[in-house]
Amino acid sequence: CNRNDKQYVGFATLPNQVHRKSVKKGFDFTLMVAGESGLGKSTLVNSLFLTDLYKDRKLLNAEERINQTVEITKHTVDIEEKGVKLKLTIVDTPGFGDAVNNNECWKPITDYIDQQFEQYFRDESGLNRKNILDNRVHCCLYFIPPFGHGLRPVDVEFMKALHEKVNIVPLISKADCLTPNEVKKLKDRVRDEIEHFGIKVYQFPECDSDEEEEFKQMDKELKECTPFAVIGSNTVVEARGQRVRGRLYPWGIVEVENQSHCDFVKLRNMLIRSHMHDLKDVTCDVHYENYRAHCIQEMTSKLAQDNRTDSPLPILPLPTPDVETERLIKMKDEEVQNNHH
Amino acid sequence: FLKKKKTPCVGRDLFGYVGIEAVLDQMRRKTMKAGFEFNIMVVGQSGLGKSTLVNTLFKSKVSRKSCTPNYEEKISKTVHLQSVSHIIEEKGVKMKLTVIDTPGFGDQINNENCWEPIVKYVNEQYEKYLKEELNVNRKRRIPDTRVHCCVYFLPATGHWLRPIDVEFMRRLGKIVSIVPVIAKADTLTLEERLEFKQRIRQDLQANGIRVYPQKEYDEDAEDRILNDKIRENIPFAVVGTDKEHQVNGNKVLGRKTKWGIIEVENVAHCEFALLRDLLIRSHLQDLKDVTHNIHYETYRVKRLNESNANGLALSPLTLENGTLEKSDAESHL
Repeated sequence: CNRNDKQYVGFATLPNQVHRKSVKKGFDFTLMVAGESGLGKSTLVNSLFLTDLYKDRKLLNAEERINQTVEITKHTVDIEEKGVKLKLTIVDTPGFGDAVNNNECWKPITDYIDQQFEQYFRDESGLNRKNILDNRVHCCLYFIPPFGHGLRPVDVEFMKALHEKVNIVPLISKADCLTPNEVKKLKDRVRDEIEHFGIKVYQFPECDSDEEEEFKQMDKELKECTPFAVIGSNTVVEARGQRVRGRLYPWGIVEVENQSHCDFVKLRNMLIRSHMHDLKDVTCDVHYENYRAHCIQEMTSKLAQDNRTDSPLPILPLPTPDVETERLIKMKDEEVQNNHH
Repeated sequence: FLKKKKTPCVGRDLFGYVGIEAVLDQMRRKTMKAGFEFNIMVVGQSGLGKSTLVNTLFKSKVSRKSCTPNYEEKISKTVHLQSVSHIIEEKGVKMKLTVIDTPGFGDQINNENCWEPIVKYVNEQYEKYLKEELNVNRKRRIPDTRVHCCVYFLPATGHWLRPIDVEFMRRLGKIVSIVPVIAKADTLTLEERLEFKQRIRQDLQANGIRVYPQKEYDEDAEDRILNDKIRENIPFAVVGTDKEHQVNGNKVLGRKTKWGIIEVENVAHCEFALLRDLLIRSHLQDLKDVTHNIHYETYRVKRLNESNANGLALSPLTLENGTLEKSDAESHL
């Protein structure tokens, strides 16, 4: 209570009141990782969040992988730091791009993202909204192999299939096999191709004019550095007299958190320390709203076409269809579509 | 986070610091930029010092007093609601404050149903919000005109709640957070004040009236302890003024009488500071949360059930572009 300041009312404490409530409630974040096997996705996730999510994982050999389809797996971990709780969900996509014929291998992924949107739409339209679980994917890290000369067809098609459903952050993985020049060339190439193909990757929001210089400078560096070239590690090595996360080679030690070695720190800062909230906002305000509007408009136009008295106007809350009903709905949909061709 | 604690992940033995509490800063930045809204309604008979109190609370002329010289005051025949908005700023925090006044309430000879225009107004704001929420192309930030807090002014009779007080609070307590205050409390001695408050609390309980902070909405033990203290002290006995006087070499807000100066911000004199702390410094966000998570949700569920029962679809489809009329919706079924 500032008794000297006569004009002080006290609502300047509002941000603190909000702060207190958020700390109590905690945060949640869903991160998807996509890319072929062996690009270091799991290692990177472990490095980012200092976890050990994939400890008991069994790697499949080639034979086992022949019949593998793209799966969606989820791992959840609770992280607490300085009293702030984060419920982190990692959505992994094993099998993506691993088959001989990878046609439409992104479909299970787009379906998964849509399903989460649909679930949220139902919950939001329901009667009891007290404990809605938000499983929507807030960010998708897409791993581009460092071996090629830019984006491959599967990379382009994947990102185009997803760029209007989720925030895509493309990464150049296993960057320790590239020299600094090669990294720069590859980044330029990838940036050009992203623009050329009209892929909408996650854009960092503009800095306000009244932000501190330090923040503005950091923001500028971040933007100029994309796509981030990353290296991850689960092991600790001794380098320059310190224990650091790194990879030990005969020719030297790669330090994950050394900014001259790779962009890991930039990625972590962006993902967690500066843009986590914005990633969630864009998911809610843009991707989800697009889905919702599209969904509603589809329902409206379908009814206009059908004009059947036995198909009722969807009344909120939308009923959750059981498996049998869903199958019937799907059949009817196909019927309608066939009739229109 | 009421679920059971999970053991922290083992891999974090690999030292380091993720930095997740930076999310709080990110949130703060965004909310500061966006600013806050707060809608406060004041209800009570003419002359109980409603406008003065609001002006004192927010240290600005946000409400027009009816006792100023050129004010053409006639006791209005009906209760009508007036809402005035101001944007006030403090230490970089911007707030759009809307004060909703209810002149005419309780001023007639026959005051039956004088609460109805108020009930209607409160529900209209919920309806407005609901419609926007159901819209196909809805705004990112839905403009919030819902009443976050209703300050109800009780005259300092020293006796019990009057029938009009009971009628009003019973009805409004179900749809909005009511904060009752004893107005112009400088006519009560401390003993009289204590007794009056006890009687009011008894009356509230006897009539099943729930005022803020409602016991059922305490989120955890910490909240309960804090709110219990408040519940033991309400209604706050307040005095408001915009005049300053010299007391012990300091300028203080107060009312000067022949027998002394009543210092508004002195907790030994009146409970204005407690009210201000409750409404603004500690529970402002909570008032908004209770309105949004509880009162609004209750209204929404009621509306959805109503519309389902009538076979009238209240869905994004009927509200799209406002083109689908009531009759059209019915003919689709």
